[in-house]
Amino acid sequence: MHNPQLNKDGELTHLLSIEGLPQRILTQILDTAASFMEVSARDVKKVPLLRGKSVFNLFFENSTRTRTTFEIAAKRLSADVINLDINKSSASKGETLLDTIDNLCAMHANLFVVRHASSGAPYLIAEHLRNIGRDDVHVVNAGDGRHAHPTQGLLDMYTIRHYKKNFSQLRVAIVGDILHSRVARSDIHALTTLGVPEVRAIGPETLLPKHLDKLGVHVFHDMNEGLKDVDVVIMLRLQNERMTGALLPSAGEYFRHYGLTPQKLALAKPDAIVMHPGPMNRGVEIHSAVADGGQAVILPQVTFGIAVRMAVMSIVAGN
Amino acid sequence: MSPLPNPLPDAEAQCRQLADLIRPQLHHSPALIGIYSGGAWIAERLKELLGLPEDIGLIDVSFYRDDFAEKGLHPQVKPTVIPFDVEGRHLILVDDVLYTGRTTRAALNELFDYGRPASVTLAVLADRGGRELPIGATWCVWNVDLSDGENLVLGRQDDGQLAWRLENA
Repeated sequence: MHNPQLNKDGELTHLLSIEGLPQRILTQILDTAASFMEVSARDVKKVPLLRGKSVFNLFFENSTRTRTTFEIAAKRLSADVINLDINKSSASKGETLLDTIDNLCAMHANLFVVRHASSGAPYLIAEHLRNIGRDDVHVVNAGDGRHAHPTQGLLDMYTIRHYKKNFSQLRVAIVGDILHSRVARSDIHALTTLGVPEVRAIGPETLLPKHLDKLGVHVFHDMNEGLKDVDVVIMLRLQNERMTGALLPSAGEYFRHYGLTPQKLALAKPDAIVMHPGPMNRGVEIHSAVADGGQAVILPQVTFGIAVRMAVMSIVAGN
Repeated sequence: MSPLPNPLPDAEAQCRQLADLIRPQLHHSPALIGIYSGGAWIAERLKELLGLPEDIGLIDVSFYRDDFAEKGLHPQVKPTVIPFDVEGRHLILVDDVLYTGRTTRAALNELFDYGRPASVTLAVLADRGGRELPIGATWCVWNVDLSDGENLVLGRQDDGQLAWRLENA
């Protein structure tokens, strides 16, 4: 079957989703990111890999943090970075997505970083580039609808490997709004591909997708049960708009059942790490004492995220 | 240049010869930097043979190569680790085989992103000619002729001993 992310030699040419990527590519990205960690610690935090290349950040949906880390990553690779404030530009004048892409290609774009509210938008762009014969232009998905957020999934895997060394013995719990979370979806595919034996999903019935068991995920509605003896806890952000949609009674009620408190965290293994993709809602999904505590690795995740995005961009741009 | 001997020379003995060549320069208190992977092994050997107290530096030039546009990123990049301040130091860059000179060029560029060394010299076990850049080794123990399709590869055996092998591209 044709995999739009891989070229004819089976090398990564776009990063659209973790689903469908072989373990060797995920491992290659994590290994390469480890080398980029060292670059960010130098006086001169730059390598010349993407010198003369143009990276366009196309954020059709707002995200300051993700856009900033992509921008820093591209700049540390010596690329020129252009941030398009797409809401205020051509799209609002009625230009179609693919017309925007054609115009940017005419400006000699080499790589698009795309965040879009519609699932599949980055696929559409990658397919279009293939149809017009521009296999020298690459696409990195920075989050599409509810579908995927592959670089977040990869930086989560980097974080886990950094603290736990390998994946083969781990019990990992993902807690919260899994139904609406592209991060959760990418994490589940990545954890499974990298050989984590037990992935758990914890959340209220209204916020868990059906058929999670088909992905090999163990489902828990009771956090006290689900957190027992886990090595890694991945908390998800509760999006406020879910509260109004009758999926949940109230933030307070949610925190009582699914907020990560020091008491609940004590059920996990003593050396368990706590992750969160940010931005956090303190007092909604996570207690401040946990967020600022010794087991939280939430800020290291952000630092690792830059190295992972440098790895992804340099790998796709070279293939 | 001499043709390839059979059997191939003893790489461990060559390391000792290389150390003998470098020994007179130790009053500069130079620091060793090995280029992955062969150069890193040789630099480790030189540290022992010369009795240098300081950890060696390790350099992977993948992020500085000039063939990225054609070949892409090397699939196995290792982290560069320079455990000392490069600024003002006398550095000895160590590699196994000197050929086109492009790896040396990339390593020099990477080193200068860490600071401005007082000097950089190049120590290699083998020089096979075929230079494409104006680069030469300061110390070399073996000049050898190889044809284009042949590659001299330094390996480390299970017992930790370094040994040459010949590969045909």
